[in-house]
Amino acid sequence: MGNPAGLVKAAPWKDPGVRPYVEIEHLTKSFGDFKAVDDVSLRIYKGEIFCLLGPSGCGKTTLLRMLGGFETPTSGRILIDGEDMTGVPPYERPVNMMFQSYALFPHMTVEQNVAFGLKQDRVPKVEIAERVAAMLALVKLDGLARRKPHQLSGGQRQRVALARALVKRPKLLLLDEPLGALDKKLREHTQFELISLQDQLGVTFVVVTHDQEEAMTLAGRIGVMNHGEIVQAGTPTEIYEFPTSRYVADFIGSVNIFEGKLVEDEPEYVRIRSDELGGTIYVSHGISAAPEATVWAAVRPEKIFMSTSAPASADNAAHGVVQDIAYLGDLSIYRVKLDSGKVVRVTRPNTTRHAESITWDQPVFLSWDATSPVVLTT
Amino acid sequence: MNARRSFFVLTALAFGFAFLYLPILSMVVFSFNASKLVTVWDAANSPTLKWYRALLDNEEILGAAWISLKVGVINACGAVILGTLAGFGLARFRRFRGRFTLSAMTTAPLVMPEVITGLSLLLLFVALEQAIGWPAGRGVTTMTIAHMTFSMAYVTVVVQSRLSSFDISLEEAAMDLGAPPVKVFFVITLPIIFPAILAGWLLAFTLSWDDLVISSFTSGPASSTLPMVVFSKVRLGVSPEINVLATLTITVVTTMIVGASLWMARLEKAASGAPET
Amino acid sequence: MRAPAREGSATGLGKRLARVGVSGRGLVVALPYLWLVLFFVAPFVIVLKISFSDVDLAIPPYKPLLQWAANHTLDVRLNFNNYAFLFTDALYVDALLNSLKVALVSTGLCLLLGYPMAYGIARSAPRTRNLLLLLVMLPFWTSLLLRVYAWIGLLKANGVINNVLMSLGVIHEPLAMLYTPFAMYVGIVYSYLPFMILPLYANLEKMDWQLLEAAEDLGCRPWQAFYKITLPLSRNGILAGSMLVFIPAVGEYVIPALLGGPNALMIGRVLWDEFFANRAWPTASAVAILLLVLLVPFMMWYQNVQARESASEP
Repeated sequence: MGNPAGLVKAAPWKDPGVRPYVEIEHLTKSFGDFKAVDDVSLRIYKGEIFCLLGPSGCGKTTLLRMLGGFETPTSGRILIDGEDMTGVPPYERPVNMMFQSYALFPHMTVEQNVAFGLKQDRVPKVEIAERVAAMLALVKLDGLARRKPHQLSGGQRQRVALARALVKRPKLLLLDEPLGALDKKLREHTQFELISLQDQLGVTFVVVTHDQEEAMTLAGRIGVMNHGEIVQAGTPTEIYEFPTSRYVADFIGSVNIFEGKLVEDEPEYVRIRSDELGGTIYVSHGISAAPEATVWAAVRPEKIFMSTSAPASADNAAHGVVQDIAYLGDLSIYRVKLDSGKVVRVTRPNTTRHAESITWDQPVFLSWDATSPVVLTT
Repeated sequence: MNARRSFFVLTALAFGFAFLYLPILSMVVFSFNASKLVTVWDAANSPTLKWYRALLDNEEILGAAWISLKVGVINACGAVILGTLAGFGLARFRRFRGRFTLSAMTTAPLVMPEVITGLSLLLLFVALEQAIGWPAGRGVTTMTIAHMTFSMAYVTVVVQSRLSSFDISLEEAAMDLGAPPVKVFFVITLPIIFPAILAGWLLAFTLSWDDLVISSFTSGPASSTLPMVVFSKVRLGVSPEINVLATLTITVVTTMIVGASLWMARLEKAASGAPET
Repeated sequence: MRAPAREGSATGLGKRLARVGVSGRGLVVALPYLWLVLFFVAPFVIVLKISFSDVDLAIPPYKPLLQWAANHTLDVRLNFNNYAFLFTDALYVDALLNSLKVALVSTGLCLLLGYPMAYGIARSAPRTRNLLLLLVMLPFWTSLLLRVYAWIGLLKANGVINNVLMSLGVIHEPLAMLYTPFAMYVGIVYSYLPFMILPLYANLEKMDWQLLEAAEDLGCRPWQAFYKITLPLSRNGILAGSMLVFIPAVGEYVIPALLGGPNALMIGRVLWDEFFANRAWPTASAVAILLLVLLVPFMMWYQNVQARESASEP
């Protein structure tokens, strides 16, 4: 993707000199006794695509609706471009939203839908016509301006909803499950369209989704939410490779987690004794934890080697029996039952067509590199 | 699915519809009968339009129809305003003081026996007249107020049920795009629920047009409605002119209902936002 | 992109109204609320008041409850005679019991005929379904009075049914049908049938028919599946439809007056006659209050069923 104006890719969140565009400070929203959003602080930078990812009921939609002005925070505040937005109603916010249901006005044509927001702002008629036409061309809907929403396909409606929200040139565009209503093939295609559109316009996006693949593709950064809190925020790579908690490690992708006790804790390495593994785990980086503390080592299935011969090192190794194989075409998933009784998930890409050497009930050895595990203390 | 409809169900449907429509059909047929003995077919001189001409010359019936029309139209407009507000409040405001009372007050008139509603309204009008001098006597005004009171309940039900299937994010989207709440109601909500409001208007008009009992209680000496005139005629026995009146009513209602449902089906389809198949 | 000042002033007005305790929401519900309190609730208070008054040969024909007595004390005359009278004269009690019986039987008949119809409509193809529904609605939109009148023409001694039967040779003398309880039941069932079918249909339409297939798959015969699955799930529809028929039917006036003949003793008719023929307003009021007290529990039940039904919607 191209990157005009060099907005995001320089990782502004690492540069304390850059002023965040959206500042969410200690935001809380309670419904009765239930805290839908619990003391969330978050900074989003100009031109970013920020994804809020989490299971349903985690508070991501409530957070989005507070950004849009549809819910009033119980406490805390939201600044957009330095302006305090708390108490500003949705119709006075420089923020627009693309709704999950698209919420296209059924009694208006595509053109009227897109022009609606500009009319509310009393933009001169000529300018409205120009901006609507330009926006429809941008989302490739120029031929359908006079259609009614019910005459459009799902993908076309999604683009009308996007055009309607973008034509007002909002400071912030909120997208609630933007691709949720599309089928799988169309979804993939639309993801890339959305990214290129965002690139061209430079608008800051905040996307809510429960689909991790969608979040990984779209986002510059992801905020993983659970029980109303942001448990981790970072780039997709950070989230996947360096999760900071068992929850995140488990929620994004699949992972094998081994519980153990810290037996050696040096600045350059740690060694963990794990009964679940039936051996020791050697990790080539230091952590900060009390000696003898219970910790968890997370190893992604694709980072585990599987072989019929014993590995050289005694660390990071285990013996087990293949219990199950799922052939998915591009890769296969193996469930290996260790001698300790724990079942470990291993994936292997099917790089050759016929080489299926490992089969059901076969004894195998598992091993991994010292750089692969992530040690988690929570 | 069709295979699942058993013989029994089909018989019930056939019998039920025959039961509903044979009496109506018989009125239509006998409206063309020449004999004054309404139910004895005079094959020699029928069919004839002579009772249609007689009806058009009947000043009493025409005058009563005019009053019914006036009351019906004013009532329907008033009931639509009151009922839409009540339906909107009940559908949208989940919690407010008096919600239960309002909901009970809009459900009760649907099932309240007409004699009770009629009697109580009349006694109210009489008491009001004694106390503040308004309404002076009974007539079109009191009848309209009475009709509005029970027909707004029907409008409320129609509007409320339409709004409960209304996608709230449409309103949020409009607000998000810069329209303040009152404008959202008039530009988005109202046009989308318009078919339901129109249905409510027609319902309110029909209820008023057909009402006998409540009108009898609340009307004045010179304000007999069409049902009141019909009732006094029917009590004396069958009359060929009533057959004609029934036939005309059925024709108008059928045309209106069929037309309106075709039109509304089209609007609903557009409003539901379902993709075209 | 900031909102223009005009909208700022609109919110300003809202704030000002809110300060004096008037909210936008309040304004929306206030009008229908006040209307119903004035024209629906207040009248019952007056009916209640008059039911305790004495009959008077005046206009209006009752004595005021509150009177300033000569010694400047407020004199309240609560008169229970009207109620006592209702229970001493067998006419009223009989009429009330008869009304309940007629309404109950009619509700049962409507259910027997209406359930299979609603079921049949709910299970037809969408296109047919709308047409059939329209056919159920049509009579409902046509004047009740005229439809009841049609039955006079059908049922009377030289009416259509008798004429047809005699010309077919089935009977040789006209059957006496008009002005009998039979005619009244026919009229009530005929008039109220749509009120039974519509809520039943609305309920059955939401039914997931795969449940029946699942029940049959698990070993139920079709009628068992109906009895164990469909019937319990349509309970709210049955209750709503029955209330919509039963409650108004208890107080029905037109149908007994036209089809039932002079002996059809229904409470609605008694009330009407007390009021119009005897000009006994206090007695009529007492009858109305009695009827109301009897029906209010059913109305609350209905309201409850409705609330449950709308709560079950997604």
